[in-house]
Amino acid sequence: MSEGRIRILVAKPGLDGHDRGAKVIATAFRDAGFEVIYTGLHQTPEMIVEAAIQEDVDIVSVSILSGAHMTLFARLLELLRERGAQEIHVIGGGIIPEEDAAKLKEMGVGEIFGPGTPTSDPIEYIRNWYRESRSDPANR
Amino acid sequence: MAADGAVPIEGIAAKVLQGDRRALSRAISWIEDRSIEGRVLLDRLFVADARAHRVGITGPPGSGKSTLTSQLTQVLRERGARVGILAVDPSSPFTGGAILGDRIRMLAHHGDPGVYIRSMASRGSLGGLASTTYEASEAIEAAGFDWILIETVGVGQSEMEVVQVADTTVVVLVPESGDAVQMMKAGLMEAGDLFVINKYDREGGDRLFRELTLMLDLSRDRAGADPTSAGWTRTICRTVATRGDGTTELLDQIDAHRRHLRSDAGRWKDRQARRMDQRLKSLLRDRLLHDLERSGEIDRWVSESRRRILGGEASPYGIVDESVARLLQGGAGFHESARREGVKR
Repeated sequence: MSEGRIRILVAKPGLDGHDRGAKVIATAFRDAGFEVIYTGLHQTPEMIVEAAIQEDVDIVSVSILSGAHMTLFARLLELLRERGAQEIHVIGGGIIPEEDAAKLKEMGVGEIFGPGTPTSDPIEYIRNWYRESRSDPANR
Repeated sequence: MAADGAVPIEGIAAKVLQGDRRALSRAISWIEDRSIEGRVLLDRLFVADARAHRVGITGPPGSGKSTLTSQLTQVLRERGARVGILAVDPSSPFTGGAILGDRIRMLAHHGDPGVYIRSMASRGSLGGLASTTYEASEAIEAAGFDWILIETVGVGQSEMEVVQVADTTVVVLVPESGDAVQMMKAGLMEAGDLFVINKYDREGGDRLFRELTLMLDLSRDRAGADPTSAGWTRTICRTVATRGDGTTELLDQIDAHRRHLRSDAGRWKDRQARRMDQRLKSLLRDRLLHDLERSGEIDRWVSESRRRILGGEASPYGIVDESVARLLQGGAGFHESARREGVKR
């Protein structure tokens, strides 16, 4: 078996310039021992998916504050499917109402972490997800 | 070490050769993880006459390596070349985690099928690259890229592994990089085939240019250390990478060095041979260390040795001597093993 590390793309789509949350989470992921690809502000779903594929990440973590989360996540999932990369797991954080979060999870988003979530929550979630889905090399 | 069929290595290898990006990305992960899949794949993809030109881009943190890499890529694309980029950032020695942020400066190439960008974490390697950076570049070359730009972590004075990996090494400095004595100390000065003073519009650019020129004049005879560079005059390019100033000239110089290296067939062959010697030794060393560390034997060896040392029975030096001698037993036939076919091709 390999000794892979969890690779995760932290993306900040949308037009607003608030990347503090994304930076906080990127740093927390690094401290958890993950390899974090940080691509900065104003990413389109196309850019995120292309980077996720080139970097062969396990997870894309999206931070959205702009209110456009329904369309952005839908587009992300659609593009991943189009590129045959649907095994890349998508999670999100930011200001997302609960009923939207439920819908997003139905659509295929793994988990949504609202404002004020301690960074240990997504880290634990990711570790569990990785253990369950990537322990079998056939899935890698 | 044949694949058990769970992971379709042959399929991935074929797809890499067709230039499939997803396959290439997966291949590089296997290589980075030092998995069996990665080793089999590299064996399949290996070609004796590597064609891609590898350019190492090194220099202190914040000197503009990523921006310069992005600009060089743009000029190469205008000239019709396909460009692969390997951008290395440091892993934390404490947690193993890393933030790989070089892509931020390379967004201009998004959506260009002629550009492939991969971030690598150094994963404990201290030479400014990851230990598998060269192997990753072989996969990129197999996928049909003509130029491979390798950006090191931000280096100080001694992380110069890139020289073993790159055909042309570009050292990027900035006016704030330090005075002449700092540079005389640094291995950086010996490493460069070309030098760049980036952010040249800042104060101190001219002074650095004068000092650097003098320094290069003083070490003209570097050819002694690297015969391939005989007859090559190292030059200094002045750039402002954020504006693209000077990057065309820089690429012209890199290309001139590329042609210089290949201008004398005999010298080129010698160089390839020398590089392969180094490569073989480092692969063997890496692999032995790696397998030893993972075997679990090493923990037993450590605790047994510790017990003997602290009990006054032996010194660490004696024990290491003894153990290495035992490891290499039968070593007389070691070179013979190279004659046998390793993995069936």
